[in-house]
Order: sequence, then C-alpha cells, then structure tokens
Amino acid sequence: MDNYILELKNIMKLYNNGVVANKKVNFELKEGEIHAIVGENGAGKSTLMKILFGMEQPTSGEIFFKGKKTNIEGSDKAIEMGIGMVHQHFMLVPSFTIAQNMILGMEPKKGISIDYNKATDMIKDLIKVYNLKVDPNMKTEDLSVGMKQKVEILKALLRGAKILILDEPTAVLTPQETDELFVQLKKLKENGHTIIFISHKLREVKSICDRVTVIKKGLTMGTYNVSDMTEQEISNIMIGRDVVLKYDKRKNEKGEALLKVENLSYKGIEGNYILKDINFTLNRGNILGIAGIEGNGQRELISIITGNKKNYEGNVFLGEKSIQKLSIGEIKNYGMSYIPEDRMTDGVAKEAFIMENLIGNRYKSSELNNGLLFDMNKINKLSEELVSSYDVVCKDIEQKVESLSGGNIQKIVVARECSIDPEVLIAEQPTRGVDVGAAHFIHEEIIKLRDDKTAVLLVSADLNEAMELSDSLIVMFEGKIVAYFEDVKETDEEELGLYMLGIKRQSEEEIRRAIDEC
Amino acid sequence: MNSFFDTIFTSDFVFSTIRVTTPILFAALGALISNKAGSPNIGLEGIMLMSALGGVVFSAYTGSAFIGLLGAVLVGLISASILAYFTLKLKTDVILGGIAINFFADGGTIFLLYYLTGDKGTSSSLPSKVLPNIDLPIIQNIPVLGDIISGHNILTYVAIILIIGVWYLLNKTATGLRIKSVGENEDAAKSVGVNIMKVRYLAMALSGVFAGLGGAFLSMGYVSWFSRGMSAGRGWIALAAEAMGRGTVLGTTLSSILFGAADALSNTLQLLGIPSELISIIPYLATVIGLLIYAINNTKKRKLKE
Amino acid sequence: MNVEKRFEIVRTFVAVTISLLIGFAIILFASDEPLSTLYYFIISPSTKMRYLGNVVELAIPLIFSGLATSILFQTGLFNLGSEGVFYFSGLLASIIGIKFSLSFIFHPILAILIGSLFGMIVMLLIGFFKAKWNASELVISLMFNSIFFGIGAYILNFYFRDPNVSGVYSFKMNESVFLNKIIPGTRIHTGLIIALLTVFLVYLFLYRTRWGYEIRMTGLNKRFGKYTGMNTTKVILIASILAGAIAGMGGAVEIIGMYDRFKWSALPGLGFDGALIAMLAKNKPKNVIFAALFLAYIRIGADLMARMTDIPSEMVYILQAIIILFISGKKFLEGYKEKSLLKEVKNNE
Repeated sequence: MDNYILELKNIMKLYNNGVVANKKVNFELKEGEIHAIVGENGAGKSTLMKILFGMEQPTSGEIFFKGKKTNIEGSDKAIEMGIGMVHQHFMLVPSFTIAQNMILGMEPKKGISIDYNKATDMIKDLIKVYNLKVDPNMKTEDLSVGMKQKVEILKALLRGAKILILDEPTAVLTPQETDELFVQLKKLKENGHTIIFISHKLREVKSICDRVTVIKKGLTMGTYNVSDMTEQEISNIMIGRDVVLKYDKRKNEKGEALLKVENLSYKGIEGNYILKDINFTLNRGNILGIAGIEGNGQRELISIITGNKKNYEGNVFLGEKSIQKLSIGEIKNYGMSYIPEDRMTDGVAKEAFIMENLIGNRYKSSELNNGLLFDMNKINKLSEELVSSYDVVCKDIEQKVESLSGGNIQKIVVARECSIDPEVLIAEQPTRGVDVGAAHFIHEEIIKLRDDKTAVLLVSADLNEAMELSDSLIVMFEGKIVAYFEDVKETDEEELGLYMLGIKRQSEEEIRRAIDEC
Repeated sequence: MNSFFDTIFTSDFVFSTIRVTTPILFAALGALISNKAGSPNIGLEGIMLMSALGGVVFSAYTGSAFIGLLGAVLVGLISASILAYFTLKLKTDVILGGIAINFFADGGTIFLLYYLTGDKGTSSSLPSKVLPNIDLPIIQNIPVLGDIISGHNILTYVAIILIIGVWYLLNKTATGLRIKSVGENEDAAKSVGVNIMKVRYLAMALSGVFAGLGGAFLSMGYVSWFSRGMSAGRGWIALAAEAMGRGTVLGTTLSSILFGAADALSNTLQLLGIPSELISIIPYLATVIGLLIYAINNTKKRKLKE
Repeated sequence: MNVEKRFEIVRTFVAVTISLLIGFAIILFASDEPLSTLYYFIISPSTKMRYLGNVVELAIPLIFSGLATSILFQTGLFNLGSEGVFYFSGLLASIIGIKFSLSFIFHPILAILIGSLFGMIVMLLIGFFKAKWNASELVISLMFNSIFFGIGAYILNFYFRDPNVSGVYSFKMNESVFLNKIIPGTRIHTGLIIALLTVFLVYLFLYRTRWGYEIRMTGLNKRFGKYTGMNTTKVILIASILAGAIAGMGGAVEIIGMYDRFKWSALPGLGFDGALIAMLAKNKPKNVIFAALFLAYIRIGADLMARMTDIPSEMVYILQAIIILFISGKKFLEGYKEKSLLKEVKNNE
C-alpha cells in the first residue's frame, strides 16, 4: 500500500453537460514503473489524464500522493508535485527556440532581461543527464515531430517532473522515432522516473510497460502485470460489447460502383503520410464500414472524398468522374450527402432556424423556388414533414437549432442529408454523443437508404455500430487499410480488435479484394 | 518634375518625415505589442484623439507641459484598459469594440472641448503647453545630419528610444516572451502556468500608453492645440504599418516611416501649388496600396505552403 | 416568444438603458439646468409636428446606411465604407442635379442610379480585396472614406463651387431633381417611400431568395456554408454590391431630398451611424426602421438640447459608443441567457 506514489480511489467525473466520463476509476502508480493506461475512444482515458494533471477536478473520489490525501487543484499544483505531462498536441510556440520554449513561465533572469546563458546551461545539464540530444538554439518550427516530443519531455523534466504522463506519444512518430523514444523512456525509468503511458497500441504496451490498467466505459477493468498477459487477452478486456444492437437487414444485391478510391495517399503538415495507398470501392446498395481507432486517417480520408482537401496523391472517382477538379458544391450536386462528425461546427448553423438548416442542400432546387423567390409554403411544409418524420422534438420549425438537445440536432442533420435520396451517403460518426433512442432511429434511416440503393460509407469508432450496420468492413490503422471483410459476418469483435490495435494485419492480396471484388 | 525632386531631396523633407512619422510610429508600436499578445487594439485612432485632448486639458489646467504629457498617457492607459475589459472579459468583438472606442472619442472629445471652451473646433482658447524641442549637442553642428536629426520634439526622441525599448521588451525580457507565447500559442502558454488574461491586459494597457504618447505629440508637439478629429486616420495607418511590418519591430518602424514620408510629401506638395484636397489623400492612398501589396504577398505565400 | 429572442430584446434594452442613464448622469453633472436639459433631450422632439418631422427626415438616410451596414455585418464583413459612399454619391447626385435637366421623374431616378452605381463599384472593390487577398476591409474602407472625401472636396471646390455664396457650396441643383415633399408641415420627402420600399426588398432578398440565404448562412457559420457547397467569394461579392447600392442610394436620396445645393464640408457621419443601427437591429431589415427612428429621435433631441441649453449634441456619440460596447459583449448578461436556455432545453425534453 505504502509503495504507491500516486493512488486514485473511486474517481467519478460528471461534466456540466451531464456526461459521466469516469464512473468509477481506481488507479495505483508504483514509483519507478512504466504504467500503461489503455482503452477505446471515449472510455475515459483523457478525463483521467486531465484529473491527474489538475486540469479537471473529480466530482467525487480521492487522490493520494505518497500516501497522503491531496487535491490537484490545477496544473501549477501538479507541476509543483512533480507531475509533468507530454500532450499529444505539442504545447510549443513554433517561432521560439527550444530554449525559449523550455524556460517559458520560469525564465531565469539577470536584471530585467532573460539570462539565456543560464537557460542554456540548465538545458545542457539536462540533456547530458538524460542523453536527449537537442540543440537549445534551434527554432522549434524547424524540428521534426520526434524532436518536438523530446523538447516536451525536457520541458517537463526541467520543471522537476518525477512522474511523466505521456498521452499517446507514438501516435505521431515514425517507427524509428518510436524506438528512440522507448530507449529514452527506459533511461528515464533507470533514473528513477515514473511514467504513465497512455496508448491504444498494445504491441508498444507489451514492449515497454511494466503494468497496464484497462479502462472501459468509465470503469477500470483491472490492472495487470504486462508480462502475465498476451496482447490478445488485453484486447479482449478492452474491446467487447455489452449491448448488442440488432437490426433486421434484408440481403441486398450489390449494385454498380459509385465511389472508387485508388492508390490514395495524403501527407500532413509535418510531411508524414497520414494516408498511404488506400484502395476501395463503394457500391450501390451496400454499407461499407470503416472501423478503426480514431486518428488513424479516417478524418482525412473523408475530407478528401467530400472535396475539402485537394492536395492528395492518387484518385477518387465519383461515378466516372475524378473529384480532383470538382468543388464541394459540384460533389453535392452529384448526389453525395454527408453527415459530418462535428455537427455543431460543420453540420448546422446553430443560430439559424430549424427550417433554415433543413434546406441547406436543396435551397436552390426548383421545387422550393418560385422564380426568384423561395416558395415559403413549400419550404414550411417540407420542414414540418421532415421534423415529424424524423421525429425531431421541438416547438416549431422557427426555433433556433442551438436550443435543441444533441440528439435532436443530429436528427436535423440526418433528415437533411438522407431525405434527398442520395446516391452516396458519407456518414461520419453518425451517432456520437447521441442518446440511445436517437441512435437507433438514425441507424434505421441509414439501413433504409441502403435498401433503397444508396451507397453508404460509414466511419465509426464505435465497433458495435460498425459491425451491426455494415455489409462490408474495412479496418484502418496508421493511415493504411489493414483488413477487409467482404461480409462483416466473416469476422468478430475479437479479431477486429486485433486489427484495430495493429496486432494483426491481412496480406496485400486479402486487402486488395476491397477494390477487386466489390 | 525637377522641382518635385528638389523638394524631396532636401534635409527639410527628411526632417519633416521624421516629425510626421512620430505619431504613426507610437501607435504602430502600440499595435505591435497588442497584436503580439493576440489581442489587437483597433481603438488606437480614438485613443490617440482622446489623449491629444487629455494632454491639452491637463497642461492647460496645471500649467505644466510635463503633467500634460502624463495626463495624455493616463487617458491612453485608461481608455485602452476599458477596451480591454470589454474585449477580454465581456468578449466584445475586438473590431466592434475598437469601432465603439473610436465613436466615443469622436463625440466625447468634442463634447468635452465644448464644455470646457465653448468651442467645438479647436482648443485655442485654452492656455495649453507645448513639449520642448531639443537641439542635440555636437550633432546639431554637423552639416545636413544636424539639420535632420537635431531640433526635434522631445517625444520624437522618445519614440526613437521606444523602438529599441519595444525590441528589447519583446526579445529580451520574460514579459516579452510571455506576450509572444500568448499570441502565438495560447495553450502552450497556459500549460506552463502563464496567466493569459493578465498578459493580454498588460499588452493592451501598453498599447494604450503608446497611443497616449502619440496623442500628446499631436496636440503638444506637432501643433500647440487640440482640434477635432486631429488624429486624422493615423491610428488606422498605424494598424496598416504594423501589418506590413509583419509583426517585427524593424518592419513596423520602416513601414511607419514610409507612411510618414507619404504624409510629409503631402505637406510639401502643398507648397508646389497642387490642390490641397488631392494632396490630402496621399497618405491614405499609400496605406491602401501598402496593405494590398502586403495582402497579395501573404496570399501567395499561403498558397505556396499549401 | 422563444428564449433567444426574448434574451436579445432584454440585452438590447439593458444596453440602451445603461447608455441613456450615462447620458442623464452626464447632463446632471455638466448642465446648469439639468431638468430642462433632460426635457429638451428626451421630451421635446415629440412636442411639435415639425420636430417629429425632423426625426423622420433624419431617419431616412439612417435607414439606408443601417440597411447597407447590416448586410455587410451579416456577411461577417466589418466594412465602414458606407460613409465615403454616402458623401461621394451625394456629390454625384448633386452634379446630376446641376448638369442635367430632365422631365420630372427621370431626373431623380438618374441621380439615384448614378449614386447607387458608384456605391456598388466601391464596395465591390473592397469586397474583392477581402475575398481574393483577405485584405482588411475595415482599414481599407476607412482609408477609402478619406480618399473619396479628398477627391470629392477637390471636385466640388474646383468645378462645382458657387462663387456667389459664402462657404464651399455647389451651384444650385435644377428643381427637377428634387424629391417631392409628402407631408405638409414637414420636409419629409418621397425618400421615405424609397427607404421603406428598400427595406422591404432587402427583407425579401435576405429571407426569401437563395442568394440571401447563402449570405445569412455564411455569416452565421462559414464552415456550414462551405460544407453545403456555397461559394464564399461569390457571397462576399454579392453582399458588398448590394450594400454599396443601398449606401449610394442613401447618399443621393439625402442630397436631392433635403438640400438645394451640395453643402457637406466634411464626411456627414451618416454612414458610420449605420454600424450602431445594424447592431441595434440585429441585422434584421424590419428592425432597421425602428433603430433608425430611435437614433434619429435622440439625435434631434440632442440638437434641440444643444440649441436650448449648454450641453453639446455630441453627447449622443458617447451614448452610441456605449450601446455598441454592451450589445456586442457576448458575455454581457450571459448568465441570464444560460439559465433560460437550460430551462428551455429541460422543458423540451
């Protein structure tokens, strides 16, 4: 009991919007270990991490630091306690030198100016001790991702961190950089530091961590010695469904190809490939699911298909036409509907009326226009119909969207996008943050469209959703397709988990079926 | 044409450029600081105007030019702080907030002027003081250079010193480092415990002080009275100068001088018999052209990056 | 009435009240006879038909500038160019009035068309600079104001100045260009009808056409506009042209409705007033009428006050600035809004 440096007991976190992110989390950290926290998206990892670093306060539960009960009121307090954090999105000022970024907020001074000599000395000492080679006078924006991460680690160490939290540290790294990071982490461990390693990648957990805590749906499932567990076993605890959705889907004949993605690659700002050699075909009357942990390239893929990103390599064909030269409007006119992941920023104008949001994709149509003017009767009638057939709970159609609940706002987006009988529907996390009833309704709408011969591309980080809705399924990992299942019933969640976490991948031939066999 | 060049290449013209650059430079340096902190001060024009009146009023009622100067700076500081309260705390749109401050200044200065003097045009009836001109020892005797550099108003020298001061603040001090970090990556600053609100308040207040100095120069150095609307777009020109200077002290100084030269040119051309109405547009035209060149270049660069 | 509407009304009301209270405080502090000053400021405009006429006369140009500015603000463009457009279009209209003589109705129509055309060109330029190169429309429009004022003053002084009158005034316009007075005992002219008609047309355009829909949606959420396939550049240009036409029309109407010669020796300030009106009206065309009447009323009140007492009319500008500051403060009274919204969401579920 006494050898725990940090201990969390029965932590519960309820956000103001009513979301319970952590239901009951128990977590014990031994001094000098590398401790992994794993879990699916939305399992509550990031909330736990924020609590550990003082960015959020738990609603209930207790925190013990070196056996004494404490509150971590803010990041300042966390830093003071010797907790440092390396964020997934680096907290660095691009135009600053490494030295400037490191000393920001704790600048050594000589008179009224910053004592850069002293700063450099401090950093050099640190570099020597931890063998992290960086030149303090280099500009941060010129650094590689791996270097930036080193700077972040050094920043924490400079502030006296004994416990380091690393939030998905390898997500942005190349394999070589990852290896290098692991060497450094081991070195840090030898020097007496304790490391919390948050990750999805069980291979990495296996190779570097001592213990692992698995979180699922806001609950800790347990803490295990990594050496006692196989990746498979950890995966089984992490992923797995409790409620199984069931939909009656009639067997559907696949129609012609409506969307073809050929050898698609895409480079991010950092110059690394976010998408690499993506190939698949989407057919009429078929729901093709894309499963995968978030951040493995799904968002960029959808951005390209919907016409928001143009600087890609390879081809995307909508029917027979390459979308390279098409505007977003032209792609829409072809009959593509899109349910965007972030409904509040992309899906609706929240200060506009329900009615105005519903006509976003057809306000130009001759049915709603009477010469130069809108035909308000028809627009009102259409809106009333949509609101009632999509079961949007509201007072009237001249109500601002922002006053509705999340589920109802999503229904407005779904109503707008699905009611034009699209040729292709791109549904990105269509039921995220939506209550069970609304989710069920939205799922049935998507299946109805598929039965009416729409081609549906469904991106979902929710395995449950991906498996129940899809006819065929692709799994993405690190910007690549790692598995393809012609019929989703060929596989099960355990197997998918292995693909999603990068433990397993199919052969090139098997993956090529995504384009050849469709 | 000859007479045109004769007018430009004289020590008088350079002297006059330095003189008219002074208020633009003050405001542009103020704009630089507040922009660096990511809280642009769009109210500079109005703040300068209020400070100009403040300087006249304080010096007239105390009989001291120095207290007048302090008064002008204080007015700048307070009005920028009020603007900061609205934009930072009440989340008033920075542009609308700036517009409001300018309206306030337009009406408020005339209101106060009339209240104090019974005149809505100028403060000539107030016995306000002027800040002294300074002859630099030794330098004043150097031919040409002496004519150009010596004999300026004390605030012109203050402005020159402040160029270095602002550079030093932004590049050498901890405060400067924090100002830049807040403007460039708020989250990074927050993650190491920098108080973002405080830094932004400070930057806004400093920009107010600078605009205050610019205002004091207008009514206590450039001329010796206040007249309605006397900031005459200099605050806006300063914003353009800061943008064209790409957020560097040197660039901001150089583009301020460029606009100052356009201003001086318009003063000089008047002597050549070109209609004053047309001449008056030169600084504004120069600003539009400057801004456009800047914006076009920026767009090209952005396209290259993508 | 739903929560947001009620909240916006409350907020506007509180902002106006705060500014009026500050106005009263200034009067109490600065005036020797605060009570009669207050009377002139608040009550007197409504005591005489002639004064009420003045209010409506002043509201006419304010409706135009308020409309133009609300279209621009609604698109997310902080363009204050209406001021320069007002001035120069007014000058152009007076030149038409001086140089031409047409049969009655065609003459004012020509003057207004020329004014509008000028406004369209200017605003199109500013909008183009913004859409194409993201050049600050605020600074450029303000610079344009000074530039057009300079050019206008030059044209006036060198080509159209009447040497027989003191002051820099133009020659007299031909009567055929004047707008008819429509209400006896006042100088209210047909410009009022044009203004109200414009309000109606702008309302139709913004709320009943696909182009207006694009303008409003892009202004509310640019990304939503983008994702539904709207062309942002096109939207900015259309809004700019429309606003320019209206501002230009306003300048022309004001000159041929209220003056016999061009008499503006400085920028008239009417264009700038559009900013306050747009904010008070929440960019809604219908509300622009009331906001313009409100501003015209306190302006006339302030003029009467200045004429009768020791308080200058510029006090109104102070009040205007305070109203803008509070109305645009997103967090101003936000606690109140959140509470009511929460209640609404709960009631809905």
